[in-house]
Amino acid sequence: DLPLRSTAKMDFTWGVKGKDFVLLASDKQATHSIIVVKSDQDKMYQLNDHQVLAVTGEAGDTVQFAEYIHKNVQLYQIRNGIPLSPNAAANFIRGELARYLRSRTPYSVNCLLGGVDPQDGSAGAHLYYLDYLASLNEVPFAAHGYGAHFNLSILDRYYKPDLSVDDAKELLRKCLAELRKRFIIHLPTFSVRLVTKDGVQTIDWNAEMAA
Amino acid sequence: MAARYDTRTTTFSPEGRLYQVEYAMEAISHAGTCLGILCNDGVILAAEKKVTSKLLEPLSSSEKIYKINENIACSVAGITADANILINDIRLRSQRFLFEYNESIPCEQLVQMICDFKQAYTQFGGLRPFGVSFLYAGWDSHFGLQLYQSDPSGNYGGWKAACIGANHQSAQSILKQEYKDDLSLDDGLSLAVKVLTKTMDSTSLSADKLEFATLTRDGGETKFTYLDNVRIDALIKVQQEKEEAEKKEKERKAKK
Repeated sequence: DLPLRSTAKMDFTWGVKGKDFVLLASDKQATHSIIVVKSDQDKMYQLNDHQVLAVTGEAGDTVQFAEYIHKNVQLYQIRNGIPLSPNAAANFIRGELARYLRSRTPYSVNCLLGGVDPQDGSAGAHLYYLDYLASLNEVPFAAHGYGAHFNLSILDRYYKPDLSVDDAKELLRKCLAELRKRFIIHLPTFSVRLVTKDGVQTIDWNAEMAA
Repeated sequence: MAARYDTRTTTFSPEGRLYQVEYAMEAISHAGTCLGILCNDGVILAAEKKVTSKLLEPLSSSEKIYKINENIACSVAGITADANILINDIRLRSQRFLFEYNESIPCEQLVQMICDFKQAYTQFGGLRPFGVSFLYAGWDSHFGLQLYQSDPSGNYGGWKAACIGANHQSAQSILKQEYKDDLSLDDGLSLAVKVLTKTMDSTSLSADKLEFATLTRDGGETKFTYLDNVRIDALIKVQQEKEEAEKKEKERKAKK
């Protein structure tokens, strides 16, 4: 039986909710102990037109769980002709984590779900924090991994509700600068995605940093 | 001819019919009429009660119309005992959905679930089908107010106005003529009374023979209300007065 401790914390995911969007970021490194196996791993999964799931945790569990969730969200949409709302998806994901938690094979996975409910207009942006013990909280901003310890106070200080996309990007810039300065693990590249009522957009963060 | 092919539900007849399913529908056509009307601001369910007696305890339960969850209600035509099993099952399923997704189940999905359940009894298990047809009135955030009908075969359809039970064919044809898109709830209630007066066996309608309920939206909440006897009697009275007036008008014109 697996120990109920989140074994990996080197991964980093981050999310901020704005007025009518969610900005998500995650690092791109796949590491095994002291070796960086891959530097361009995408830790985000687009569940449907308006939702992105970012996962961190035990290698293998993360991909298995994320793909399982992705397929089930797609199945719901195909069967019923309507997509799952962010709230419904978050609760479904939490339910699965909870179910596996009290089994012999729990998933050691932490998630951030960012989504926009197109029916809800500007009230429709949602960010959910889920962890490997199957907790679920809707939050204005969040992060997972060791990196979270360096960022949450910055987010506390500078976050405002009703942020614009540019404000959110500036906030991300500040947070990543702090990691670069103080976190022992070097994280060179990041996946960044913006979720709005019009869909999911991948932001070229290297281009953003250079600008 | 049917004798060899109708005793077991799971066998087709040579003409490709499932006799047990048809017999179930026959049973329903003897049950109290149920009517459903979709209006622009609510859904109406109206039903004729078969069991009426002064000795019956009125408050303990409803015979025809049931609430399934906060957003969906249904009315029943057929074997009441069978209906109770299905309603209990569907109430459980809708709570399970709420538990899993933290959201109310969309109407059509609920109808599909119960239909899938009913269909199983037409294909395997060797058990007879449920002798119940339902009219479902519901609201969800995707398609707003909706009306559905399902039968023992497990088929269902979405309707603007529908009727099941005794005399449902004549009721359905009256509805076809009289129904207009964009009816208000009050118009719908009058239409329901009108149709019921024309199709019910009993010559004199009264509130204790009927069950009426409406499902409406008000301020972000779904309201499901049974109409009380006073209100139903008032509707009946208005309808009777209208018919009296129309009759007199006809006689007047005939004399000219």
